[in-house]
Amino acid sequence: MREITYAQAINEALAYNLEKDPTVFLMGEDIGKYGGIFQVTAGLLDKFGPERIIDTPISEAAFTGAAVGAAMTGMRPIVEIMFIDFTTACMDMIVNQMAKIHYMFGGRGRVPMVLRTNIGAGRGAAAQHSQSFHAFFMHIPGLIVVAPSSPYDAKGLMNTAIRDDNPVVFVEHKKLYAVKGEVPEEPYTLPLGKAEIKREGKDITLVATHEMVNRSLRVAEEMAREGVEVEVVDPRTLRPLDQETILESVKKTGRLIVADEGPVTCGVTAEISARVAEQAIEYLEAPILRVGSPDTPVPFSPPLEKIYIPDEDDVRESIRKMQAYL
Amino acid sequence: MSAGNQQLVDFHKTMVKIRLFEQKIQDLYARGLVPGLAHLYVGEEAVAAGVCANLRKEDYITSTHRGHGHVLAKGAEMKYMMAELFGKKTGYCKGKGGSMHIADVQIGILGANGIAGGGIPLAVGAGLSAKMRKTDQVTACFFGDGSSNNGTFHEGLNFASVHRLPVVFVCENNLYGISVSQKQHQAIQDVSIRSVAYNIPGVTVDGNDVLAVYEAAGKAVQRARVGEGPTLLECKTYRWRGHHEGDPNQGKRYRTMEEIQEWMKKCPIARLEEKLVKREILTKTKIKRIWEGMEKEIEEAVAFANESPFPESRDIYEDVLVS
Repeated sequence: MREITYAQAINEALAYNLEKDPTVFLMGEDIGKYGGIFQVTAGLLDKFGPERIIDTPISEAAFTGAAVGAAMTGMRPIVEIMFIDFTTACMDMIVNQMAKIHYMFGGRGRVPMVLRTNIGAGRGAAAQHSQSFHAFFMHIPGLIVVAPSSPYDAKGLMNTAIRDDNPVVFVEHKKLYAVKGEVPEEPYTLPLGKAEIKREGKDITLVATHEMVNRSLRVAEEMAREGVEVEVVDPRTLRPLDQETILESVKKTGRLIVADEGPVTCGVTAEISARVAEQAIEYLEAPILRVGSPDTPVPFSPPLEKIYIPDEDDVRESIRKMQAYL
Repeated sequence: MSAGNQQLVDFHKTMVKIRLFEQKIQDLYARGLVPGLAHLYVGEEAVAAGVCANLRKEDYITSTHRGHGHVLAKGAEMKYMMAELFGKKTGYCKGKGGSMHIADVQIGILGANGIAGGGIPLAVGAGLSAKMRKTDQVTACFFGDGSSNNGTFHEGLNFASVHRLPVVFVCENNLYGISVSQKQHQAIQDVSIRSVAYNIPGVTVDGNDVLAVYEAAGKAVQRARVGEGPTLLECKTYRWRGHHEGDPNQGKRYRTMEEIQEWMKKCPIARLEEKLVKREILTKTKIKRIWEGMEKEIEEAVAFANESPFPESRDIYEDVLVS
């Protein structure tokens, strides 16, 4: 099968839906001629014109809120927030408007929109362009939060997100944009709220998100050579979380490591650990371990940033610790 | 466009409805029969009545925490509003929203909004949507002088003007953002002068004169409808009650009795009634009957709310997501 990048895979899903549905349109900063800061919207302006590929002023609250208003009145907007760090400039629109309208209005309003953004450090962009606080959005009832880890997943999940009648926060990962993978040319969808077991194993369950999936898969291959079989589970959607798949895997292996690039405090890893502790502690044969970023802002200096980002070494170290309980 | 006799009678009916609805809430709230918060619109009725009289059913409004008047003027039914205020399942939001979130998308009410300035970007989006769907729907966006200092005001008006969107931004300048007077919160007197920054028309009118509001809003709505873009319409008015019914001393900590009484003399309903009698459109007796008839309708709405059931426990999990 042909291989394309994660960015191209998302681009294909956007183009397909723009083609098929006249109510779909895009808004964001520099998504037109520039093609988006990470080139995810490259070429769409030429194909679909400035009325549907709207370069906005630097006004996150205006265009995110405008997407909410447009979604309530018959459109299916997709907005790009250049970095997840910038969602703080429109948090009211996301948390108090986009997420609340359907419930607060007793089901009388719908907000079928997608808010695309990205996480991840590693580009020397320091504390305001590198954060991974996607767990913020897991905290908000009324949102769906998607976290694709591969080009294949990104395209399939985006196709579903655009067709869904709920507001979706589609969290991409900067380091994945250039990663290539097999992606069918024809359109397909993947279900929201469904995890995927990326690698089967009987000894340790490793729940990983985004780029941590790929880091975990590489370490799992190494460990297999030492006779340790790690099962890598990718939730793919963080809200709603497919806890059944996670619990089933933990019940089989009796051990859990959770890896996510966000801070561990109140993070994705905290939530998943708590759920397993609540619902499957009697199956656990070892303490739950977490891999995430330290409780500091993202530092600029390359050696510090390298320490900051959870990588293969951190995953390997946690597996080594877990080996004491094998 | 100037208003005909029937239009004046309609204004009167709408304003009496809003006044009595709000006074009923005031009474119910004082007796502990309405839970939560109630931000009353008493004294400001001419703004909602004058603006919404220019709108069609399919046009949109976005409203504020002080939204009862806007949604009544846009055609919301009192019994479903009252039930919502009581937290009942038959309310507009099935009891999930309350006073600050009354919405009915079917008649263009995109929601009252509990966040100051929160409705402005939503109105811009409704305008963008109308433009993209090639309809001639207009959106009226209500907000206060307080919200005109919020970032969403600047972001929203800038976006709407760049795209010439069919939105009328209606600033209800009641001279206070909760307890902070306009003099303390902005260095200008007329919010409408900010229109210059967006290269759109800015108009200030007497917000207690329903005819002045109607005519100015009419021009703005017409301009929006034909694709000429947004207008900033400022209506100077005053709220008779405190910020909300729980406001200590009903706003007398930060306003003088003299000031409040001065504005009560400018009652928008009394001023209209004077015109109606003078022009022999309605007699004083007829006017009295209108008030009485409306009181009866409100009592029916209260009865409906009283008799309606509360939501059931399991309803808490409904409508979190569209299933």
